[in-house]
Amino acid sequence: MLTRRRFVQSTALAGAALIVGFRLDGRPALAADETFAPNAFIRIAPDNTVTIIGKHIEFGQGSYTGLATILAEELDADWSQIRVEAAPADAERYNNLKWGPVQGTGGSSAMANSWEQHRRAGATARATLVEAAAREWGVPASEITVERGVVVHPPSGRRATFGELAPKAAKLTPPAQVKLKDPSQFTLVGKRVPRIDGAAKSDGSAKFTMDFSLPGMLTAVIARAPRFGATVKSFDATATRRVKGVTHVVQVPSGVAVVATKFWAARKGREALRVTWDESRAESRGSEDLFKAYRVLASRSAMPARRDGDAAAALAGAAKVIEAIYEFPYLAHAPMEPLDAVVRLGPDACEVWAGSQVPTIDQQVVARVVGLPPAKVAIHTLLAGGSFGRRATPNGDVAGEAASIVKAIGGDKPVKLVWTREDDLQGGRYRPLYVHRLRAGLDTQGNIVGWEHRIVGQSILKGGPFEASIKNGIDGSSVEGAANLPYAVPNITVELSTTDVGVPVLWWRSVGSTHTAYSTETFLDELAHAAGRDPLEVRRALLAKHPRHLAALNLAAEKAGWGQPLPAGRARGIAVHESFNSVVAQVAEVTRRPDGLPKVEKVVCAVDCGTAINPDVIRAQMEGGIGFGLAGAMWSEITLVRGRAQERNFDSYRPLRIADMPAVEVHIVPSGAAPTGVGEPGVPPIAPAVANAFFHLSGQRVRRLPFARLTPAGTRTA
Amino acid sequence: MMTFQINGASRTVDVDSDVPLLWVLRDELGMTGTKYGCGVAQCGACTVHIDGRATRSCVTPAAALRGRDVITIEGVTGKVAQAVQAAWRQLDVAQCGYCQSGQIMSAIALLTEIPRPSDTDIDAAMAGNVCRCATYVRIRAAIHEASRPLGG
Repeated sequence: MLTRRRFVQSTALAGAALIVGFRLDGRPALAADETFAPNAFIRIAPDNTVTIIGKHIEFGQGSYTGLATILAEELDADWSQIRVEAAPADAERYNNLKWGPVQGTGGSSAMANSWEQHRRAGATARATLVEAAAREWGVPASEITVERGVVVHPPSGRRATFGELAPKAAKLTPPAQVKLKDPSQFTLVGKRVPRIDGAAKSDGSAKFTMDFSLPGMLTAVIARAPRFGATVKSFDATATRRVKGVTHVVQVPSGVAVVATKFWAARKGREALRVTWDESRAESRGSEDLFKAYRVLASRSAMPARRDGDAAAALAGAAKVIEAIYEFPYLAHAPMEPLDAVVRLGPDACEVWAGSQVPTIDQQVVARVVGLPPAKVAIHTLLAGGSFGRRATPNGDVAGEAASIVKAIGGDKPVKLVWTREDDLQGGRYRPLYVHRLRAGLDTQGNIVGWEHRIVGQSILKGGPFEASIKNGIDGSSVEGAANLPYAVPNITVELSTTDVGVPVLWWRSVGSTHTAYSTETFLDELAHAAGRDPLEVRRALLAKHPRHLAALNLAAEKAGWGQPLPAGRARGIAVHESFNSVVAQVAEVTRRPDGLPKVEKVVCAVDCGTAINPDVIRAQMEGGIGFGLAGAMWSEITLVRGRAQERNFDSYRPLRIADMPAVEVHIVPSGAAPTGVGEPGVPPIAPAVANAFFHLSGQRVRRLPFARLTPAGTRTA
Repeated sequence: MMTFQINGASRTVDVDSDVPLLWVLRDELGMTGTKYGCGVAQCGACTVHIDGRATRSCVTPAAALRGRDVITIEGVTGKVAQAVQAAWRQLDVAQCGYCQSGQIMSAIALLTEIPRPSDTDIDAAMAGNVCRCATYVRIRAAIHEASRPLGG
């Protein structure tokens, strides 16, 4: 536990910039001398504000609100006195406890890894405030209560606010042992607490990196290689330099940067630039080439990820064998705020302002680029306009590029790097393209006797910070959701064939489950149909040993009225999937659009995510996860032709729009277990639930995503 | 030098006539509530009101603004705007929040024209505003909620 003195010292050591946090409005909030900071996560000022230091980024999933709720709960603070500011880069104090010595947000782990830690931090602060009051009033601490930010001694009627006690509490050593609340005493956890960023995001005042500026700051865009792996051979910047406002044209590792006083000048300057690329080492295959090659690989045995019993023998002896090939395209994340970062370089220090999802990596990468020790690089994490995984890259691409530009122009001016939407969609780091092959055998009664699943695609973890987790040729993120298939099938084989393609790939909201949930949950439905059984009943029978799956499945089915008649032209489909230690079941009610594609009218969703810290945020994440997953299932696809991405903007990389969005009903399975993920687990079940409903309407099993491929217009905006 | 009416005030800036209004607002006037999301009028994050109509500022050149009245998220006022922003807060519509200025400006324009919109009206008026967090369920609910105090 840190004392206030050590807290102030350790931040001061790392440079003055680190004491300056940024509030939601972007203005600096300075720590005052009489501030009570019992640990790395809480500061209570004499003005009675309680500032929570957010170690996780806020990019929409409600992590600031959630972290603050946990702390405020044990602190017994009043919600109105709570503020949140982003933590500085410090892997020692602000690491993700599920990741080891790395500070970052991902894997739907913000609440799960912070729950115990932040409860203790809040309870410790509360106990210290109580002790300060006890000493001040000369009464036993055991007689003191705390309610909504006020410390009270009922026998004497004495009262003090946190702010009044802060200077006194700051002089005490916080206790090493604290008692946490019994959940029955919770007043914030499990209740509706409004989002802490809700107001600033409703009047335009919330500041994102795109909105951040510094005196004298320049804006840069990079002319990037049209094919992955190409490099700059030469460039002619004559016309670019004539564009009013262009200040520098410099070569950087990822292309040629055009730097200008304003964004529009930088963009015009880039249009005027002529770059000749060396494509000798560039990836020149297209999506269709890869699908073809992957289908061949899917027919050959590969590295085992799971082997229960003897699936081959079971299939050989089966009464009926069913086989299906599934194809999944590359997908871009396309967060609404295009990728960006601001970097300022001084003689012996560097500062970065960005939606930094993994500050530890960004700090190390920028340090390497500018030639400073990591401790001399301050990361100011700002609100990010979405990420869905894109802002967490193993090479800190955006901050690193911005630093390389600042360095290339001599470091005399701060630079904001902006990726245009075209850069974002064509610049890679996609959800990999995959082919799955599934085979299963049924006996004469329709029971599943064997299951063979083979997955072909690129590894996301290879070459990154989690590469060490690849064991025996198995990147767990390629097979998650498939290798841990929960169904009680006696013989199961899951294999992985990892491919080598020069297209940069990345985790995309729910990672492996973006494709494994689809293939396993639609294939199981197909087997149920082949056996003439109800798909819900088949799942129930095979999930007897998985009570959380069963509970979510039963809750969704009951609330959706599974089995009750529907009007003609309307059908239900169901899917259940576990990801990030949460289980989500969804029932989709689907009709058909005039063009024949599914129209999802309504989704009933049940989620078991352990203790529900903020039920309304959980509902929002299920709604948003369903919409995000539906966009990928229905419309979105990055198509490579001879190595070049064909989609340039939202006209061709089609997002979900409001008319496509179903009504969503979310039910939370009551649980007293520790909290598990909510940011991603809403995504995986929606596509298979829709596909299963669509089969009942159309008789068609959709095995290649997105669905829009079924129409002549394809994925283009109609 | 060009002079514009923005949020009821006359503002003079030194820009070329082809610079889009979005970048006049953001880079010349420091009004960053209006967002860049696509640059080609496909996402609606840059939506402002020009003479009361929801307009994509990313494809509206400065030259087209002579004699026009521009209202941005920073300057939008009146009972419709208040009702919309209150509903947005009440229902906690925003997730990442980046698209919400544009969503709110489109919603205000819709409710000004149609005080009690149907779901079909909402689909039509909001079709140009993308939210990658897919907050659409709450956007729809908030528009209906905002329409109540408007007596529509």
